[in-house]
Amino acid sequence: MQPNNDVKWMTAGESGLAGLFTLAVFLCIIAVAKAEDAPFAFHATLAGFASLAAVFAIFNRYFDRASLPPQEINGRPNYNFGPIKFASFMAMFWGIAGFTVGLLIALQLAWPALNFDLPWTTFGRLRPLHTSAVVFAFGGNVLLATSFYVVQKTCRVRLAGDLAPWFVVLGYNFFILIAGTGYLLGVTQSKEYAEPEWYADLWLTIVWVTYLLVFLLTLVKRKEPHIFVANWFYLAFIVTIAVLHLGNNPALPVSVFGSKSYVAWGGVQDAMFQWWYGHNAVGFFLTAGFLAIMYYFIPKRAERPVYSYRLSIVHFWAIIFLYIWAGPHHLHYTALPDWAQTLGMTFSIMLWMPSWGGMINGLMTLSGAWDKLRTDPVLRMLVVSVAFYGMATFEGPLMSIKVVNSLSHYTDWTIGHVHSGALGWVGFVSFGALYCLVPWIWQRKELYSLRLVNWHFWVATIGIVLYISAMWVSGILQGLMWRAYTSLGFLEYSFIESVEAMHPFYIIRALGGGLFLVGALIMAFNLWMTVRVGEAESEVPLSSGATLQAAE
Amino acid sequence: MTDHDDNFDHATGKTTTGHSWDGIKELNTPLPRWWVLTFYACIVWAVGYWIVYPAWPLLWGYTTGVAHYSSRADVAVELANLEKIRGDKMVTLGAAPLADIEKDPALLALARARGKTVFGDNCAPCHGSGGAGAKGFPNLNDDDWLWGGSLEAIHKTIQFGARSGHANAHEGAMLAFGRDGMLKKPEIVTVANFVRSLAGLPTAAGYKAEAGQKLFADNCASCHGDAGKGNPEMGAPNLTDNIWLYGSDEATIVETVTNGRTGVMPAWVGRLDPATIKALTVYVHSLGGGQ
Amino acid sequence: MSFWSRHQIMEKNSIVLIVGILLVIAIGGLVEITPLFYLKSTIEVVDGIRPYTPLELTGRNVYVREGCYLCHSQMIRPLRDEVERYGHYSLAAESMYDHPFQWGSKRTGPDLARVGAKYSDAWHVTHLKDPRAIVPQSVMPGYKFLAETEVNLDQISDHLRTSRAVGVPYSDDQIKNAVADMKAQADPDSADADAFVKRYPKAVARNFDGKAGIPTEMDALVAYLQMLGTLVDFKLYNEKANLR
Ligand code: HEC
Ligand code: HEC
Ligand code: HEC
Ligand code: HEM
Ligand code: HEM
Ligand SMILES: [Ca+2]
Ligand SMILES: [Ca+2]
Ligand SMILES: [Cu+2]
Repeated sequence: MQPNNDVKWMTAGESGLAGLFTLAVFLCIIAVAKAEDAPFAFHATLAGFASLAAVFAIFNRYFDRASLPPQEINGRPNYNFGPIKFASFMAMFWGIAGFTVGLLIALQLAWPALNFDLPWTTFGRLRPLHTSAVVFAFGGNVLLATSFYVVQKTCRVRLAGDLAPWFVVLGYNFFILIAGTGYLLGVTQSKEYAEPEWYADLWLTIVWVTYLLVFLLTLVKRKEPHIFVANWFYLAFIVTIAVLHLGNNPALPVSVFGSKSYVAWGGVQDAMFQWWYGHNAVGFFLTAGFLAIMYYFIPKRAERPVYSYRLSIVHFWAIIFLYIWAGPHHLHYTALPDWAQTLGMTFSIMLWMPSWGGMINGLMTLSGAWDKLRTDPVLRMLVVSVAFYGMATFEGPLMSIKVVNSLSHYTDWTIGHVHSGALGWVGFVSFGALYCLVPWIWQRKELYSLRLVNWHFWVATIGIVLYISAMWVSGILQGLMWRAYTSLGFLEYSFIESVEAMHPFYIIRALGGGLFLVGALIMAFNLWMTVRVGEAESEVPLSSGATLQAAE
Repeated sequence: MTDHDDNFDHATGKTTTGHSWDGIKELNTPLPRWWVLTFYACIVWAVGYWIVYPAWPLLWGYTTGVAHYSSRADVAVELANLEKIRGDKMVTLGAAPLADIEKDPALLALARARGKTVFGDNCAPCHGSGGAGAKGFPNLNDDDWLWGGSLEAIHKTIQFGARSGHANAHEGAMLAFGRDGMLKKPEIVTVANFVRSLAGLPTAAGYKAEAGQKLFADNCASCHGDAGKGNPEMGAPNLTDNIWLYGSDEATIVETVTNGRTGVMPAWVGRLDPATIKALTVYVHSLGGGQ
Repeated sequence: MSFWSRHQIMEKNSIVLIVGILLVIAIGGLVEITPLFYLKSTIEVVDGIRPYTPLELTGRNVYVREGCYLCHSQMIRPLRDEVERYGHYSLAAESMYDHPFQWGSKRTGPDLARVGAKYSDAWHVTHLKDPRAIVPQSVMPGYKFLAETEVNLDQISDHLRTSRAVGVPYSDDQIKNAVADMKAQADPDSADADAFVKRYPKAVARNFDGKAGIPTEMDALVAYLQMLGTLVDFKLYNEKANLR
């Protein structure tokens, strides 16, 4: 591992990437000049500056570094923590942004004057901003950070690639920036959870394939003979999201210099593609990915073995096989043929136990360590998240049953289900993981304050309970009002009466969301203080946090 | 790697698989029995469901299932059942002459009930939930009628609408005196003030009453009548009663006279069935202002 | 233990693992999606469906841009309350030229699949500008700015051409006359109006927003809303033949 001191060369990766980004700068200049619409020009400008910054950063690093960071130091892996730090920070940032926008749209539904009737502040533009910010920006960065951490630790090697991991985290966040500003400016395909337009989709494809390669090549060079279960889930998540993204997003731009495109699929086929994608975005992004987090962080934090290896195997393969089929439960009673709806429903039911397999493995890992829940609020958060996961995956199959769905579909019940999964499961497991991860990667002895974690836990839990119970009541009420008949055989309520009836529940929901946001702010403060003033780990660090570590 | 003695977990009394990743091990716990059984039960249920219902696509069609179920066929049955719940009463209502409905308390109650539910989703967006109207959309509670407030008149309005494009719709419009160059701006202001004076509202300083009177008689009286009392034949509103469709302030009246008004009431024949339209007629008639 | 030890092939080889995952996830999608492209019963046979007029397409793009589908479905389910409230259940054929589809998944507002011809243009304009001016209980945002933005005439034929490339059967004639058709639909007195109606059966030409000059996005959106669900004549539609 001795650097060659005579001549310093740029690696092929450095020069290649610098070359490509230089080219990108010129392409962006052309794109700005020929842009058909203002948002496209704006995005091309952003991309131009970002490419320029990338070229600069690559050269800067090249001049600063003595040699490439070594794979090992003193026989121990030289873990690459830089991109993980960045992704963790961005997760917290986007989380707060996404929850804030969620709160705003919740308030808009209670008090529509808050739409301000400006183009970029109406509900229709902010709602995708919320969903993308929480799912893809917050959730996505948590997944990037934890997957890069877990794969290194459980393979006992440094992350594959030199610039590639940085390319992944920066490129992904740039995608978020383009997608989010696009929504505000009215650039959207209006395909739920796949709203970004063609050029953002293309960029994400490049970033995601790189992500897959980094992850896979790290697995390939691992020092452990076996691949840890968390990595099965991460791998399934990464590769399936790639497939889904490519299947759902093909589109033809009206002009290569304009933002508008027409989606390749139309009508009923587009609907099926969309919910094959949308449902499995839930199944692989919000489920497989976060189950991976669970499989590492719960045993680690509880210092207990994973409950059942065999359950891991069976529920892993069952879940990924069955999930793919369940998409049509989003299209019950629509113009999708009945046979497809049947498949969607029956596979959702069969998905129940495989989903609970994950819950069992997560919860039962605490066997012999239940007492830790009393003292460790971080562990409590992780465990409660698994309980919410169990709840959402019981409710999901229930809602997939056609008679139930005929009531719940189109109503706030779906929103309640989403947020029991999103706030309870995705939110809490992410918070728990970040509370573990931040001290580890910044080499701090412990969190700044466990009491604040406790506060976060309770404030957020009350928030979730308010949110989802309000939505259950309003959703079921809404569904019942729409189908209510008088004894004479006439519809009992007009649609607008159901709108009016939602008002109190929308206020309670906003209150719940507000509490959830307050919890996240407490967390951000806590993590910030951990990094700023936390006591450094006394033990000799295994590696340096920065990528730029000389070998001498 | 770990050595063999480490493969026993004291807390649970189980063995581990022998691997360890970053200190994490896995127990060799067998699959929970209830879990396996429930999983099997779900699979069995699914297979049963496939046998009964349409489920699997084939190269030329799909398995229709022994029940030959179709959600589309189902709703046809449901709707037919609904007709049964409603019974003959709706048929009677559809056949009864309008005037007789109000005389028969049972029929009247039915008509109002039917009218009320249909009104909420179809008419309230324009006329308001209570029928109180909004700017440009008439109040149906008062006894002021553009096209007449008798049962017959209301029935016709609901069936064919006003300026709806339907061949039988009420036609006739408030002309665009300003836009079409028939009156000049000062004249319009003057006649607008005259209209206000008709309703007993104060007029602007410098307004000349005789000029207004003359302008009105020359241009407006043909529709709104010499005294401005309106004409339900052509939907011209009464301008003396202080009930305003668009508004009574000078600016609004000037706007009305300058650009005209052609409020559209859609036609409901075709969209709603005849018995329902009758029910609506009775319902609207009974809102308060029926003549 | 043989099953469990056989699984170790997957655990020990990342390439085998990823290939295994890909195989397992491919099946469901293939079985559910491919038949929709070849089974004739997927899309019913009905008369009347035609591609959107240039103005309607522009209006639809506004609908897509503003994310109306987040509050409004365009999919009436075959359930009796929905059929009663909104009209005949939606057919697959009715959205066959929709790229993307806009069936929606949430009804904060009512279904719009058959809102066409239900209200007047003036109602829509007033409602879109300020929903609470006319429906006090509404929680819908106001879209005043649409009335102030003119449609983009330059690119409209490219839009039609791109749509054709993804499967919407626009004719050369329709593409060539896109700009004229767009103007004509919002200006019924223009000389081009007759030719326009010939090219797009059942299309209505009206000055939707009441303003003269280049059509606005308000014209376009209202033109789109006013045609929703009006193309199929259900008196002629054979329900029995299209059960599936
Ligand atoms: C698009 C909005 C709209 C809808 C929906 C609507 N109306 Fe109207 N309606 C109007 C307008 C505008 C007028 C006044 C027409 C005019 O200015 O001459 C009117 C007039 C009427 C009148 C005549 C009032 C008079 O003073 O003569 C009746 C009765 C009426 N509507 C009943 C109904 C009923 C019943 C329904 C539902 C089935 C309904 N309307 C739906 C807009 C609407
Ligand atoms: C061709 C017939 C016709 C003539 C001539 C006519 N009007 Fe009208 N006027 C109408 C009709 C019809 C309406 C109702 C329009 C509607 O319902 O949308 C109306 C409505 C109005 C209104 C609105 C009333 C309200 O409640 O808001 C005013 C004010 C008015 N006219 C004033 C005038 C004046 C002043 C003149 C002459 C300069 C005039 N009209 C000439 C037919 C006419
Ligand atoms: C925040 C949710 C929301 C958004 C976003 C929204 N709407 Fe609405 N919309 C409603 C509600 C609630 C109603 C029912 C009350 C009313 O009529 O205003 C409604 C009613 C309507 C109606 C009348 C439907 C009927 O049959 O009465 C139309 C048409 C409509 N909206 C079109 C649109 C269009 C077009 C957009 C996008 C540019 C849009 N809406 C965006 C909530 C929304
Ligand atoms: C402060 C916390 C939050 C608030 C106040 C909030 C509020 C909302 C609101 C008001 C909606 C729109 C509902 C509707 O259309 O009726 C929504 C939708 C959604 N939110 Fe949240 N949210 C919050 C947190 C989250 C989180 C953490 C996630 C995911 C990790 C999430 C995921 C979603 C999704 C996926 C939808 C779309 C649901 C659907 O279309 O069915 N939200 N949220
Ligand atoms: C076995 C597991 C699950 C099943 C079978 C399931 C089933 C369902 C069903 C039936 C719907 C309603 C579709 C509709 O009527 O429109 C739905 C919506 C949704 N679920 Fe689940 N669910 C499961 C788990 C989860 C989990 C763990 C999450 C995590 C966050 C989640 C997130 C969502 C989201 C975001 C939606 C809204 C989709 C939309 O925008 O319409 N689900 N799910
Ligand atoms: Ca997309
Ligand atoms: Ca949704
Ligand atoms: Cu789903």
